[in-house]
Amino acid sequence: MSREDVLVTTQWAEENLDTPGVVFAEVDEDTTAYDGGHIRGAVKIDWKNELQDQVRRDFVDKAGFEALLSQKGIGNDDLVVLYGGNNNWFAAYAYWYFKLYGHDKVKLLDGGRKKWELDGRELTTDEPQRERTSYTAKEQDLKLRAFRDEVVEAINTKNLVDVRSPDEFSGKLLAPAHLPQESAQRAGHIPSAVNVPWSKAANEDGTFKSAEELAELYKEAGLDTSKSTIAYCRIGERSSHTWFALHELIGLEDVKNYDGSWTEYGSLVGVPIETGAK
Amino acid sequence: MTDGCGAPQQTAVAADEDTNGQVVVAGKVTGGDGPLGGAYVRLLNADGEFAGEVQASPEGDFRFYAAPGSWTVRALHRTGNGEASVSAEGPGVHQVAIAVA
Repeated sequence: MSREDVLVTTQWAEENLDTPGVVFAEVDEDTTAYDGGHIRGAVKIDWKNELQDQVRRDFVDKAGFEALLSQKGIGNDDLVVLYGGNNNWFAAYAYWYFKLYGHDKVKLLDGGRKKWELDGRELTTDEPQRERTSYTAKEQDLKLRAFRDEVVEAINTKNLVDVRSPDEFSGKLLAPAHLPQESAQRAGHIPSAVNVPWSKAANEDGTFKSAEELAELYKEAGLDTSKSTIAYCRIGERSSHTWFALHELIGLEDVKNYDGSWTEYGSLVGVPIETGAK
Repeated sequence: MTDGCGAPQQTAVAADEDTNGQVVVAGKVTGGDGPLGGAYVRLLNADGEFAGEVQASPEGDFRFYAAPGSWTVRALHRTGNGEASVSAEGPGVHQVAIAVA
């Protein structure tokens, strides 16, 4: 798989804003970013209110995903180009989520909203009008998704990649430095996990590093590419960014994202936890 | 409070704000014509490693909840970049200004 199969440049995006069959979608936690200005024609997806079940801690089910995409005017044959803030964290999460439900024609805008803005490209507040579709999803592809029992069993057997910042990994912080500190009951990391912060996979402008640079990065961190890999963070969006780097850019075959991540693991009773840096 | 990882709305802080025991690194981004809104502000640790990023408010304000230590804040904007250092050794607000040129 080449970079062009999974990423588009901001230049490509600008040249294809009106291309039939290409749908741009902005994915943010904070939808005020979209409301304040977005790429022309892009639809808005709210990761929290639209991609999460509003009662249980889980994703919307297959029927819910079908209803969402139909309502957004996204068809089964459309190429969906996802982008967002936070260096594409939530766009990468949505990319993984689209893949989970079997939508293969999906790409990320390399650099996301940040690169688009740093390029000085145009944003608009105009709401796009798209006709409703009848979207059909597949059952979740669980080869891409890890659950807690599998994570506990993976200690010392599979690669566990903790993609949070070093201070979260060591247990000094419970959340990234731009957030109030809250969430899991205990701080630290899953034993045997290596710490490769998501940010090491990205350049300053938010674009992904090259496949060669990424391969070197994870090799140096001690990732054994002959083994299966599970990536996690705090709630599963930064680890989607790393899942993208490992699975889509480097091309490792067996990589799962643990979306329960530290907010689940760090609150489980009886599981082992390590603290301190490595 | 939020369940997510998105940054809260960036707002100005008073130097004597009660931070609930947290270490807050906060300040304003300015350009040639005064406060500069919308810059991407990155928090880097003493080794230059990335620790967090927020987008400054329309008035140029930003804030981070950090661990105690020495930090560099670096602003990226389509008109240019800038950075500044701050020592945040204990709880409270540690203010730092970034000029972008």
